[in-house]
Amino acid sequence: MKKLLIVLLFSFVSASAFAGSHSPCGVTNGSINILANEFTTYRIFMDEVKSCAGPDADFNVTHSVDHNKLQVAALSANPAEFSAKLVTNGSITPLMNDGLIRPLDDLVAKYGANLNENQKITIDGKIYAVAFMANAQHLWYRESILNDLGIDVPSTYEEVIAAAEKIKAAGVMPNPYAGAFKSGWNLGQEFVNMYLGHGGEFFKSGSAQPNVNNEKGVAALNVIKKLTELSNPDFLTQDTNAVKEEWESGNVALMHVWNSGAASLLDDEGDQAIKADTRLAPSPSVGGGSKPATTLWWDGIGISTNTSDENAEASFRALVGAASSSELANDNPNATVWLIKGYTPGDTAGPVVDAANRGATPYPSFPHMSLMHGALSSELVEFLQGNESAEKALADVEAAYVAKATEQGFL
Amino acid sequence: MPHKTFFWFIFPTGLAMILFIGLPIVSSFFQSLHIETQQVLMEVENCDPFGCQTNVRVDVEATDKLREENPLGRFNGFGTYLDRNHLAFDEIGEAWNISSSMGEFKDIVLNLPFYKALLFTLTFCFAVTPPVIFLGFIVALSINTLSKIIKGLIVFGTILPMIVTPLIGSLVLFWMIDSQGIIGASIQILFDDPNLSLKASSNLTWITLIIYGIWHNTPFAFVVFYAALQTVPQDPIEAAYIDGATRFQRVRYIVIPHLYPVATFIMLICLMDNFRVFEPIIGFSAEGVAQSLSWMIYQDLRNENKMLFGSAGATSMLTIIGIAILLTPVLIRTWKEFRTER
Repeated sequence: MKKLLIVLLFSFVSASAFAGSHSPCGVTNGSINILANEFTTYRIFMDEVKSCAGPDADFNVTHSVDHNKLQVAALSANPAEFSAKLVTNGSITPLMNDGLIRPLDDLVAKYGANLNENQKITIDGKIYAVAFMANAQHLWYRESILNDLGIDVPSTYEEVIAAAEKIKAAGVMPNPYAGAFKSGWNLGQEFVNMYLGHGGEFFKSGSAQPNVNNEKGVAALNVIKKLTELSNPDFLTQDTNAVKEEWESGNVALMHVWNSGAASLLDDEGDQAIKADTRLAPSPSVGGGSKPATTLWWDGIGISTNTSDENAEASFRALVGAASSSELANDNPNATVWLIKGYTPGDTAGPVVDAANRGATPYPSFPHMSLMHGALSSELVEFLQGNESAEKALADVEAAYVAKATEQGFL
Repeated sequence: MPHKTFFWFIFPTGLAMILFIGLPIVSSFFQSLHIETQQVLMEVENCDPFGCQTNVRVDVEATDKLREENPLGRFNGFGTYLDRNHLAFDEIGEAWNISSSMGEFKDIVLNLPFYKALLFTLTFCFAVTPPVIFLGFIVALSINTLSKIIKGLIVFGTILPMIVTPLIGSLVLFWMIDSQGIIGASIQILFDDPNLSLKASSNLTWITLIIYGIWHNTPFAFVVFYAALQTVPQDPIEAAYIDGATRFQRVRYIVIPHLYPVATFIMLICLMDNFRVFEPIIGFSAEGVAQSLSWMIYQDLRNENKMLFGSAGATSMLTIIGIAILLTPVLIRTWKEFRTER
């Protein structure tokens, strides 16, 4: 028994000592442990990272929809729980606030020859992340349903509401619209989209003082209220993944969700009739504004500060190998809008490009934005349930934000 | 027992309690008096795929230096306890001045996060505990009369709700009450209303959570009552039987008085348990309409990108005070009974 243990132990040690000999990305030593959000495009990306790291690499990835809540605690530990984190322009700020991701200039210089210039996310002159995809929420519709009722593809939210009301009145579906209104981050995000679409600013200029309780905020809330009235009554419990399920069940004719949803909505699983009928459209504008009521997002790679240089290098090589792989991008052209060099955009990239061209705002990257988003997440529910006025809800948002921002030292 | 013997007898327990209960409470209290150091902001140029823009970021070095000087953060006294997200005395004072009626004042106060959470927590406590004791007693009485052969199986079945992890139990129910789930769809057919959703209205969600709470807690009451029933002396019962007492009279005048101290114990434990209601809120995705004090602590530590230790500490302290207030009447009563027995 003892002998067997020794043999096993030896084979384990020798296996890890020679690990990396088969790694396409040249990962030789160090362990790779990545924290990432959970959706199909990330799964595709991670498969490529894993094969790039090679079969012998010490490779782990944790997919979680709660990645935003985990990241600060997990990366604050020293050594950090994860050597790398897939970040977005929304989730990078809390990490930057505490210096939890490291500058990547050296690693990019060494291993990033195949990167596009616009993949390098620079903050104050230093590269802190390498982006690999762009994403935005936009409109999706069922072509046959709109055609049958003679409805044009809506280009404003006012038209979306009219179209949904018409579908409902015609008795085709009881709840024709869907959006991710789950109380929490998703609901906050819907307000962010709508408020920016109305031309709102979240903070008084040059300060961390909140600025949402105004006419634009009220208008944004009223549009959201109308949309929820045309949605499944359980809308407060539905996140993006639940909305996609509703869509695939054929319960919805119009929805506003992420472009990357195409990876699972347009795959070979599920009802093919619904898939064939699914169309993508630009994100609508609202309240007579010209820019679409959506936010632009990039998704990229961040490397922990509190991990060894060895792990950081291994993680970066594997991740950047995938982030500069034109095969990955061109094999999955519709999974998202890749920012990778040599990528020819697929059929589904249109709405994101359109949003960028029409001047959609990138998600605000103020250090205190996450506190504002948190306040929006919890204080808007009562308004949507009809228990309080829009002004009261927005006053509550500001008050909740001020209390938290004070405790965090921003005010 | 001589004092010295008593001291050595209680010493290991006392030490463990100080180490694992006392010190963490002191530490949480200390943390709740502090808030984060001031964040030093600086203007920087950010470039991403959508272009470059001037933005602000936290000056990590300068902030870290401040943090090193004051690792606990800035001293805030009881400021966190009094802010809007906790006791909110200022907001209540203002509400008192501006509201024209008691109803309006009540609405404003119950809209503040702490009082909203307190209202749900207390409602849950007092709506769940009495039915749990009543149902647990009835179930224990019924099962006690079963024949030995099937008793074991039935007892096992009855305590299942307690065995299931609360989060899993509530998730299972959450899917069952979905408008397409078996319970949700049946209720829609029963009431002939295709838009009826248990998850949509706050009242129905509260009722769902309370029913879940009763379902989950009853087995505990049952187990304790069932054990206690085995100790009921048979002689008085037989005597009463011979005297012509009905089954109800025997239960009312012999069994219930005998089980009275046990019922107090169950009430004590149930109140404590239900005051920290948390898992069902997560399982039922009911954060929007039902928040409890424990959920507020979770929110501070988990749902913010950065952990709000001060705020979580303050809520914890207030929860401890709440439990103490809630249990005082029961404890005083037990103490009095103890004294009279001596």
